[in-house]
Amino acid sequence: MTTTAPSAVPDIGAIEETARGVVAAHPPRAVPVTELMGAWYDAGLTWVHFPKGLGGLEAPRSLQPVVNRIMREAGGPEPRTVNTIGYGIVAGTIRRYAGPEFAARLLRPLATGEEKWCQLFSEPGAGSDLAGLATRAVRDGDDWIIDGQKVWTSLAHLSRWAVLLARTDPDAPKHKGLTYFIVDMTTPGIEVRPLRQLTGRAQFNEVFLDGVRIPDPQRFGGIGEGWIVANSTLGDERTSLGDRVPARGSGAIADAIQLWHAHPDRHTPVLREKLTRLWIRAETHRLTSDRTRVAAATQATAGPGSAITKLVGSELTQHIYEFCVDLLGPTGTLIDTYSPDAPDDESGPTAIQRKYLRSRATTLEGGTSEIQRNVIGERVLKLPQELRADKGIPWREIPR
Amino acid sequence: MTQEFEFTEELTELRTMVREFCAEVSPQSVVRETMTTESGFDPALWRRLATELGVLGLAVPQSFGGEGAGLVYQAVVVEELGAALVCGPVVGTVCLAMPALTALADDTIRADYLPALVNGDRIATLAAPTAGGRFSADHVAVSATRGENGWTLSGHLAQVPDATSADLLLVAAGTETGVALFAVDGDAEGVARTSLSTLDLTRRQADVTLDGAPARLLAGEDECAAACERALLVASALLATEQVGGGQRMLDETVAHVRDRLQFGQPVGAFQAVKHRCADMLVALEQARSAAYHAVWALEDGTDDPRLAVSLAQAVASESYRWISTSAIQLHGGLGFTWEGSPHLYFKRATTDALILGSAAEHIDHVAERTVDLAPTGS
Repeated sequence: MTTTAPSAVPDIGAIEETARGVVAAHPPRAVPVTELMGAWYDAGLTWVHFPKGLGGLEAPRSLQPVVNRIMREAGGPEPRTVNTIGYGIVAGTIRRYAGPEFAARLLRPLATGEEKWCQLFSEPGAGSDLAGLATRAVRDGDDWIIDGQKVWTSLAHLSRWAVLLARTDPDAPKHKGLTYFIVDMTTPGIEVRPLRQLTGRAQFNEVFLDGVRIPDPQRFGGIGEGWIVANSTLGDERTSLGDRVPARGSGAIADAIQLWHAHPDRHTPVLREKLTRLWIRAETHRLTSDRTRVAAATQATAGPGSAITKLVGSELTQHIYEFCVDLLGPTGTLIDTYSPDAPDDESGPTAIQRKYLRSRATTLEGGTSEIQRNVIGERVLKLPQELRADKGIPWREIPR
Repeated sequence: MTQEFEFTEELTELRTMVREFCAEVSPQSVVRETMTTESGFDPALWRRLATELGVLGLAVPQSFGGEGAGLVYQAVVVEELGAALVCGPVVGTVCLAMPALTALADDTIRADYLPALVNGDRIATLAAPTAGGRFSADHVAVSATRGENGWTLSGHLAQVPDATSADLLLVAAGTETGVALFAVDGDAEGVARTSLSTLDLTRRQADVTLDGAPARLLAGEDECAAACERALLVASALLATEQVGGGQRMLDETVAHVRDRLQFGQPVGAFQAVKHRCADMLVALEQARSAAYHAVWALEDGTDDPRLAVSLAQAVASESYRWISTSAIQLHGGLGFTWEGSPHLYFKRATTDALILGSAAEHIDHVAERTVDLAPTGS
């Protein structure tokens, strides 16, 4: 007869010790990231609240910031940067909807970054109104056949896997006819084409799906429950807020302050006031993010909510770079290159102008400012919804 | 002490208690009645706040009759009093005089004055020379003379908050060697007070002329500036939380109105033009709340430059409250322009709050001096 000792939940001291052990055995500055993150995963530190064997320790989620700090202090990466969409959206979905064996197969290479993930959600005809999407999934024996087009897919060209929302029932109202799948991006019929942005670069992609065959076990959740599955990760947003708030004066406002000191000849009282107002907005935004973090951690009161910080942060970034270009004067009209192969939008001799151009996306990506204001109005303030022409009618009958 | 922005259950209970008390004892009908009386406040209500609820001296040490609970607690109370527009000497007594007295070193003086303010028996105010909401010795308008029978003060003090009804005037006055802080009885000989007609009827002011008024020295030239400075910082932070409280109430009332008001066959709040303005009101409110409570915590635990934190709070909260209250007028439509509607009461309070302890523009300038104008570090 064998007995299994009850698996005790490790305390904070034990978890810290485990984390220190991993970074000591795999010095972040000396070993490849995949090795480091693999050991981190095997020790259950990637998502401490996950089951053992799946990158977790069944520990309270509130301990994640503690171990992330140890990683950071040892010179390791902020874990989520290894696989942005994988960490931000996919991991929680896998935990909820994949069987344990499949989850084990998927999560470790996700955690190490060896298999990157992308998200096949938005379409040319379905942006803000994501639930109106038209990509079809038709059952064929034990498989599903996917046909359609996705857009604004970041990292598609680098990804091994994707999460996909497709329409399985065009006769149901739009939210009810969707099903959630994961797709191996090496499957025949998938074509990834870079999409050039107004910055000249091609960070995003169009993805064409032509007769793409997906085995049914790669369906997450029930048929027609795709919208629910997709929204289940929204609750994870809390943890993806990060475990700390950036330092005062960091981020975009640092660019503005630095530029201000670099160009004393261009100082005017009007620009000084503009810069001060931007500094005030940046600092207040930072404090609001911190208040959101504290509220989430202590649970005593509801925080301001991510829709507010998203809206404020995105508009602020734009206004900061508008100020910067004004401060530059005629130099602001120059750009070093529009090459699609430019390494990034953050560096080079005209980095400010590049960031100025890139910032136009902040109020579009991840929900436009208009949608954020609707979300705040309807979900936070509980204002009545607009009359919607597509409400309750079969998706097939919605004008498009 | 709690970590910044941690609103504990105790704070939530305090908030609920004050809110329910205000709803019962000082609903808007009572506010409207009180604001048209000569004194503009109800001493009985003030005493109930002091004794029944015990919420006026939360930041005053226990040894001087207070609770010693700290500024965060006092801020929550001021926020709720502001939400209800309670008529009373909040600015003069709670925001200015109590912190000024608390900041003094002499225990005898603190024991002589603070308990009576905490328990609501007396009310007080502070008249300190200021510029842009900051203590400014250059602007001192009263002179102090030492005679055989002690000190006397002479001079003119303009627009002193709550001075009409104050039993105790704390006056910063010029001596031969600097500026010192004095106590003057409100009804002493040589004190002439002229009540002013104020834009916000719930917040009274008076001009005070001192003509050889007998005074007691509270703090000498070495201590007066620091005490006044501290009082002004605390008052500005507390006022910011009042601005948050008023803004929240205006947002709540506006949202309720646009949910109920039907035009074109649907609630006007369903229209994006209205909905988005409401969303922006909430955004402005939440920014103000963050800045205001950051200032309160910064004064409480010293984690930030208090002048920067307070000016940030005043700059943000002043503009937010005024914008929220003007938005409330706009979104109430014609009703928003009536005497009967609530928005004008809050709009007038917002206007006053934004001006009495330095305007937003002045505080933006203070922030600039402490941030943008500083040479970059490390160069």
